[in-house]
Amino acid sequence: MIEGADSQRAEPLPDIAVEVVGLNKWYGEFHVLRDINLKVARGERIVICGPSGGGKSTLLRCINRLEGWQQGRIIVDGNELTEDPKQIVAVRRDVGMVFQHFNLFPHLTVLENCTLAPIWVRHMPKKEAETLAMSYLARVKIPDQAGKYPARLSGGQQQRVAIARALCMNPNILLFDEPTSALDPEMVKEVLDTMVELASDGITMLVVSHEMGFARQVADRVILMDDGQIVEISAPKEFFSHPRHERTRLFLQQILH
Amino acid sequence: MSATDDWTFLRQERIEPLPPPSARAGAFGWLRANLFAGPGNTVMTLLCIALIAWVVPPLVRFFLVDAVWTGADGSVCLASPAQPNPGACWAFIRVWFSYFVYGFYPYDERWRVDLFFVALVFGFVWLLRLSMPRRDLGALYFFVALPILSYVLLHGAPLIGLSVVSTSLWGGILVTVVVAAIGMVFSLPLGILLALGRRSELPVIRMASVAFIEFVRGVPVITVLFMASVMLPLFVPERFAPDKLVRALIGVTLFASAYMAEVVRGGLAAVPRGQYEAANALGFGYWPMMALVILPQALRITLPNIVNTFIGLFKDTTLVFVVGIFDFLRTIEAARADPKWAGPNTTVTGYAFAALFYFACCYGMSRYARRMEIRLARSVRR
Repeated sequence: MIEGADSQRAEPLPDIAVEVVGLNKWYGEFHVLRDINLKVARGERIVICGPSGGGKSTLLRCINRLEGWQQGRIIVDGNELTEDPKQIVAVRRDVGMVFQHFNLFPHLTVLENCTLAPIWVRHMPKKEAETLAMSYLARVKIPDQAGKYPARLSGGQQQRVAIARALCMNPNILLFDEPTSALDPEMVKEVLDTMVELASDGITMLVVSHEMGFARQVADRVILMDDGQIVEISAPKEFFSHPRHERTRLFLQQILH
Repeated sequence: MSATDDWTFLRQERIEPLPPPSARAGAFGWLRANLFAGPGNTVMTLLCIALIAWVVPPLVRFFLVDAVWTGADGSVCLASPAQPNPGACWAFIRVWFSYFVYGFYPYDERWRVDLFFVALVFGFVWLLRLSMPRRDLGALYFFVALPILSYVLLHGAPLIGLSVVSTSLWGGILVTVVVAAIGMVFSLPLGILLALGRRSELPVIRMASVAFIEFVRGVPVITVLFMASVMLPLFVPERFAPDKLVRALIGVTLFASAYMAEVVRGGLAAVPRGQYEAANALGFGYWPMMALVILPQALRITLPNIVNTFIGLFKDTTLVFVVGIFDFLRTIEAARADPKWAGPNTTVTGYAFAALFYFACCYGMSRYARRMEIRLARSVRR
């Protein structure tokens, strides 16, 4: 568990971290998410894979309400996401997100990127926020870059800063939206190593990724999504050696050569 | 056999980095490269030299060599046997200079205007020079203390012994600076709010912003000034009807803010969607997200356009004369009509002086913006 995450809360967190019930979403006429049902246990690590356009990222972005939906419910840490902006902000504070294109704030230094939300959203004193940020920057192994602007870092370093920035909010749940897809091949490993280390800490993780090695190594369950629906949910061992669904077999054939 | 010699390759030694080949040095090399690089280039260079030779010497002769520097009235600037071709009449500017600066501001109170100028320059330097200490205090001084101080100084405060000076006595550079400064200080925040309003998800706010921006932009600035001057008193009781100068200030500010809104909107649109999403995902609400993440980037992108709008605003201040306010240009107009100074060279010199003043101010703004751009670009990009 991330240090301090629990000490701030009076009540213990529910055992179910994320619950998605009967979720349906349309972009105009296009039915992008079709009757999604999913329960993620606390501390569970889920990898979602599947062909592009299958709705993986959309599902992830619904969980912290970056996208709205038309039907169904999503409950995060026992709070149901409604239209209420207060409720949405409350959930977002406890759900960290790492994006494909990092989305670091280019006008702020690495350290300021990490302290901005703790200071202004959590109202943490600046000194404390900086100490916290430095500890997470040390964990992602780039404390020496704290004073630089993001544009001066490599893609892999930027993504590790993005992870540190998310961790600084002490989230209970981390969402990763294709965190290595925009990286040069030589930088994928450093980001995956960081994520493996996080996984061993027991934080709840939902990862949209095509890194099958990562899925095999850390996932508790692997989900295949295609055509807006969940096709298969399996433990990684079954998923890779005995996929049950025809679509999964086809997908694995395509990507594992 | 020989055709396949380099078909495969394996590097044995690393190539160490070398400095780039040096460019042709020396003045002659520079001339060759920049002015006489080819026949077309050479022709252009010669044409430009001819143009300079044709234009510059007469200007220097008129404004410096043949210029009349001293004199009590216009007769010194007229052609006479002693000076058949008199140049610029700088004597006119010298005699009328204090009028150009203060208008009819009472003579004994003009130290207050001087103090205001000093306070204003101090504020500008503190706020705009990035190397100054405590620029947050500088902003507080500029946006809170300075307006109050300026009002007390210029308008007066009988309680502390400063007599009230009616704005109808203000004039010259004082009025130009007051109108421009207030226009800039208020049009930027107002323009930002309008730009945010135009992108708002609430239809009422969006439509109100669009209506205001499009209406004000679709009307000449003179019309806005007339309307502010004539229509504003219709909406407020006679007793509270604002001062003539205040009405013009409101007109200029509203006009500039509509343009500013469009400039800022362009900057907001240029900030990638991922920035909004990252701020949202971290739990920022709308206003903190805008203030801390989006606007700093949007304003950076639009800095050249913001300064462009400021320069336009500065020059538009000359139009306040249509509602009977004696700005700098109007004081020159008034002075040159003085029969004592009547004469062709007086008029030319007056306008040249005005042009020099406006150019110096606008060029200064433009240079500052350029330096800021370079600085900001250095910190953000590679």
